[in-house]
Amino acid sequence: MTDDKGRIGRNEELLMRALDDELEPDERVEFERMLLDNPELRGEWDRLSNLQEVTANMRLRNAPEEMWDGYWNSVYSRFERGLAWILVSLGAIVVGSWGAWYFVKDLMADADLPTFVKWSILALIVGLVMLLVSVLRHRIFVSQSDPYKEIER
Amino acid sequence: MERERDAGQTAEAILVRRAQAGETAAFGELVSNYMQRCYYAALGMVGSPQDAEDLSQEAFVRAFKARARLDPERPFYPWLYQILRRLCYNFTRDTSSRRRKLERAGGWLVAEARVRASVDDPERVRATDELRDRLESAIQELPLAQREVFVLKEFEGLKYREIAELLEVPIGTVMSRLYAARQRLAVRLEGLE
Repeated sequence: MTDDKGRIGRNEELLMRALDDELEPDERVEFERMLLDNPELRGEWDRLSNLQEVTANMRLRNAPEEMWDGYWNSVYSRFERGLAWILVSLGAIVVGSWGAWYFVKDLMADADLPTFVKWSILALIVGLVMLLVSVLRHRIFVSQSDPYKEIER
Repeated sequence: MERERDAGQTAEAILVRRAQAGETAAFGELVSNYMQRCYYAALGMVGSPQDAEDLSQEAFVRAFKARARLDPERPFYPWLYQILRRLCYNFTRDTSSRRRKLERAGGWLVAEARVRASVDDPERVRATDELRDRLESAIQELPLAQREVFVLKEFEGLKYREIAELLEVPIGTVMSRLYAARQRLAVRLEGLE
């Protein structure tokens, strides 16, 4: 039996230690006496011993040998790809910001375009960027929190 | 025996220091030393060979990125295991791939060779397979904290103390999780043996 905090009692502790062959000699004597005196504990011992017999006959499935041959290369490639993505993202942000800055500067410096057209183009671009960011943010949020996303609509 | 363990730890500390200095070959040696243990620990937790390979490799990548925080004087594997178990917990909790996980899970346990060799009766082969399938799915349905302790005990053969050190919890917690896991599994397997 376990208490409110999920701790097991003395009987169960000895039962577990006996199953896993971790009993001290004096504990073994105590446990054997308990098994004789307590039929409920005896029943539990039989039940869990049966389970242990089943699991003792099973093992984790071996991975194919080829997997180990290429394992370190896969780890290294993952690390390399992670680094490459960081560099690509940084580069894209810097180049994109630089291009946007020059685009806005040239647009504002263009004397042939009326001022309201310049501001309209700017509003259009800023609005599109905001829409894109908002849609992306929403999709990320939904993919992380929608409890019904596994259901096919 | 103790001298061998100390020598092993010293060699490992040297590898960790070299990895911390940016030497990828040294980290490669650490990967070779622990890849199998890491993979099988993940396999026990997620129940799918493909995902176990993926998660165990990701654990090494994260360990390499965080290597500066590692104390070379402390053993490498418990530190790596903390990274791995966080990944496995997140993976298991992540609902976005629940269907994929259910499809992939299974086939991660096999009967021991001596059992398979002794089973020449088709009826017994079928019964052994059914028992293995039931055990697999029953383990998969355990809460992850219980499953983790159960796998470490039953399939990796660790002592309570070793599990407690690995999970950084008291021995009593290890025993109560294991007890709860065994109780649930015994109920699920009743009438099958």
